[in-house]
Amino acid sequence: MKKWTRRAFIGAGVLAGGTLVIGIAIRPGNRSSKVAGLIASEGETVMNIWLKIAPDNTVTAIIPHAEMGQGVHTALAMMLADEMDADWSKVKFQEAPADKEYANYTLLKGFIAGNATFPKFIEETIDGVFLTAVKSLNFQITGGSASVRFTGQQAMRIAGAAAKSMLMQAAADTWKVPVEELTAQNSIISHPGSKLIATFAELAPAAAKVNIPTRPKLKSIEEFTLMGTSPPRFDIPAKVTGEAQFGLDVQVPGMKYATIKAAPVFGSKVKSVDTIVSSSQQGVKKIVNLGDAVAVIADGYWQAKITLDALPIEFETTENSGLNQEKIMDRYSKAMDTDLAEGNLDIHFKDGDAATALEQAAILVEAEYQLPFLAHATMEPMNCTAWVRDGKCEVWCGSQNPLGVKAAAAELLEIDIDQVTVHNQLLGGGFGRRGETDVIKQAILIAKEVDYPVKLIWSREEDTQHDVYREATISRMKAGLDQSGIPIAYAHQFIFKHHPPEAADIPYSIPNQLIQYSSPAFHVPWGNWRSVDHSTHGFLTESFIDEMAHAAKQDPLTYRKNLTKDNSRFQRVLDMVYEKSNWGAPLPANWGRGIAIAQSFGSIVAEVAEVEVGIDGKVKVHRVVCAVDPGFAIHPNGFIAQMESGIIYGLAAAMTGEITIENGAVVQSNFHNYPVTRMDEAPKIETHIINSGNPPGGAGEPSTPVIAPAVTNAIFDATGIRIRQLPISKNDLRASIRPTT
Amino acid sequence: MTSLTINGKEYQVDATADIPLLWVIREQCGLTGTKFGCGIAQCGACTVHLDGQPVRSCITPAISAEGKNITTIEGMAPDKNTLHIVQQAWIEEQTPQCGYCQSGQIMSAVALLNENPSPSDEEIDAAMSGNICRCGMYGRIKSAIKRASATLQSSTSL
Repeated sequence: MKKWTRRAFIGAGVLAGGTLVIGIAIRPGNRSSKVAGLIASEGETVMNIWLKIAPDNTVTAIIPHAEMGQGVHTALAMMLADEMDADWSKVKFQEAPADKEYANYTLLKGFIAGNATFPKFIEETIDGVFLTAVKSLNFQITGGSASVRFTGQQAMRIAGAAAKSMLMQAAADTWKVPVEELTAQNSIISHPGSKLIATFAELAPAAAKVNIPTRPKLKSIEEFTLMGTSPPRFDIPAKVTGEAQFGLDVQVPGMKYATIKAAPVFGSKVKSVDTIVSSSQQGVKKIVNLGDAVAVIADGYWQAKITLDALPIEFETTENSGLNQEKIMDRYSKAMDTDLAEGNLDIHFKDGDAATALEQAAILVEAEYQLPFLAHATMEPMNCTAWVRDGKCEVWCGSQNPLGVKAAAAELLEIDIDQVTVHNQLLGGGFGRRGETDVIKQAILIAKEVDYPVKLIWSREEDTQHDVYREATISRMKAGLDQSGIPIAYAHQFIFKHHPPEAADIPYSIPNQLIQYSSPAFHVPWGNWRSVDHSTHGFLTESFIDEMAHAAKQDPLTYRKNLTKDNSRFQRVLDMVYEKSNWGAPLPANWGRGIAIAQSFGSIVAEVAEVEVGIDGKVKVHRVVCAVDPGFAIHPNGFIAQMESGIIYGLAAAMTGEITIENGAVVQSNFHNYPVTRMDEAPKIETHIINSGNPPGGAGEPSTPVIAPAVTNAIFDATGIRIRQLPISKNDLRASIRPTT
Repeated sequence: MTSLTINGKEYQVDATADIPLLWVIREQCGLTGTKFGCGIAQCGACTVHLDGQPVRSCITPAISAEGKNITTIEGMAPDKNTLHIVQQAWIEEQTPQCGYCQSGQIMSAVALLNENPSPSDEEIDAAMSGNICRCGMYGRIKSAIKRASATLQSSTSL
């Protein structure tokens, strides 16, 4: 077992391949030279694993996250460059290689398996920041709205500050002046007293020999020069010229194309298929039976597709082959009944005595909600290019989890992980889907059958019917209010708990709570869907609190404010959305306004939706006002774009998003029957940021959970009809059936 | 072999078996800026111009494009160092997120502005609602179209 030492943790300078290296190696043993080989060319000085300096004074930030339009490459580079006082016009980025040096895999393994006790020196020496960073970098995952929150805060900023400190020390040593008299600006260190100046590049070789500071001083918000501004994103120019390369665009010499059809019923197998290629199948190279799927390899995607479409394939019947959506929901409902009756529910949160308080309540509010399965429907269908040869494997894909891809390939082929190379590409949408490795494994198994590279492309139909889905769910909610409408009890029985673990928590001060759940079996594969459990609980909590407010005959926004009095961040967000939405101002007939608020991934988001429900029942969302406290928005324009994106994504799901199961398989197949929001249905969105000074929260997900309830609460305001089943399109909202008030 | 003219350049392609133009452009001509999204003309990611008219290349047989001028996103910029006004507007509005749909969005927007240099909101909605953006950047796409429209107005009034 290797001993953890401070030196091993922080790294040391070595000369490797002409590149001067000093590394925050973040693992036992000295890996600095290995990192240099991965990220640096000759002449570049690697200051630590997150940044290098080139002779032309360019600073390159090494970003261990995938770009899917969230602007992570830009935002993280800004955080590093700001702390370093680098000249932004000379800052570049490089996506970190899919390598264990850039993930916490071995580190965590070391902690858990190799060294049971937590090494105290980490806390003592560098406040545990690197530990926190590597924990959050697990397997190089891009998700959980975590990039800025964790990598940015706990790796990029520190890396930048440490490098600056080393450069200043090198200048002080060279010029024989006190380091305190030096200033850093625009990638230049200067000594005003003697008018000495030097560029970062000039100082880098000497700086690399300076001990890495263990506690580099970070800037306060007032000192930020880049953070909090919105420079143009790095990734945009190539995305308007067609040059941006996504996974689907990879071209490898000698490559063939494949497409695939998996057993429609999840878990089913291929019973029979003729894999002999006939002469009439033009351009077809091979038909591969993967056991649970059949793939065709051909000269082009089209030849592969038409061949596969015409290929008779018989799939085995399974116990799920007769299952339909109604039966699934019925099964869930019965599981809830049984678990409740037999006391088998898992408790999520318990405080006081909810059962007794509910009995004593003056007003009882009860509701049951149902939510459907949801597919991700990323714009770019699933794909992966693989080349398996000579005990090696090369993979080209757009992944939220490149190191997971590498590990999956190694395991599948039973080869050493070092024999796998992953070339991560831009992602045509991720939303959680591209953290999975199912498609990658298929591509590798197909490519294993031939000696040339194969690009596997899923049809949109395959993408819709073989996703990993946001679960369908049922929730039963009860609240007891006293005479004045103040809640005295809250009980929630839901099904399925994934993560984040706090999603079913409520932000409201209510005594006597009982929140519990069941986990019935289901055969539909589950996956992280933008905001994960917050996508369900945001709707449940915020619909039900609205029902409670109406039962209490109180204004829903004021009701929320009164129940979050001890949470100043909630108060400010609610005040902001109240003011900006012009809450309470008159609206035209058949219009309504709805509010919802939730905290997720470190950000608090309130949205007010303004909707119109036509007499024919058609819903039009005109305007969404979004107030958000993300602590601090690093790149405000990019942050606003993320809020807009999360709202439209959640709106598509709320309005029409529904995956249903028939005969064990997914019914929907493409955008005609899994419709998503289009431009003529998109509301005007106004986002207002509150920089509260709290640690940065996430951007990619927190606006998604609240849009559905904001809209359904607005529909209630407009029509008096409470929507307890999504999507909204399933509900009859015609004027003729609306309650009269 | 079939001869296709894409962005002013001749390509000899194998256009048998009713192959849609999309796959010929991407796989045989190597122009990958045109994207595959749905295969049934539902999403607009594959939009290209045939003699200036926007078409969904995923359902357009390649042979039907013979003898016509095909323009893809790679042919939008007037020259290597200058972007099309619409592309420039897209950058100024910081429009794309993942970017996958944006070639198709830009192709639809250029076709719209060629027909109608100063479209109203409703006209933009009507022309652009065939193009899906799963990142939901509709507001920014609309702003970029208006910006491009304004640039067109000022350049023609000069």
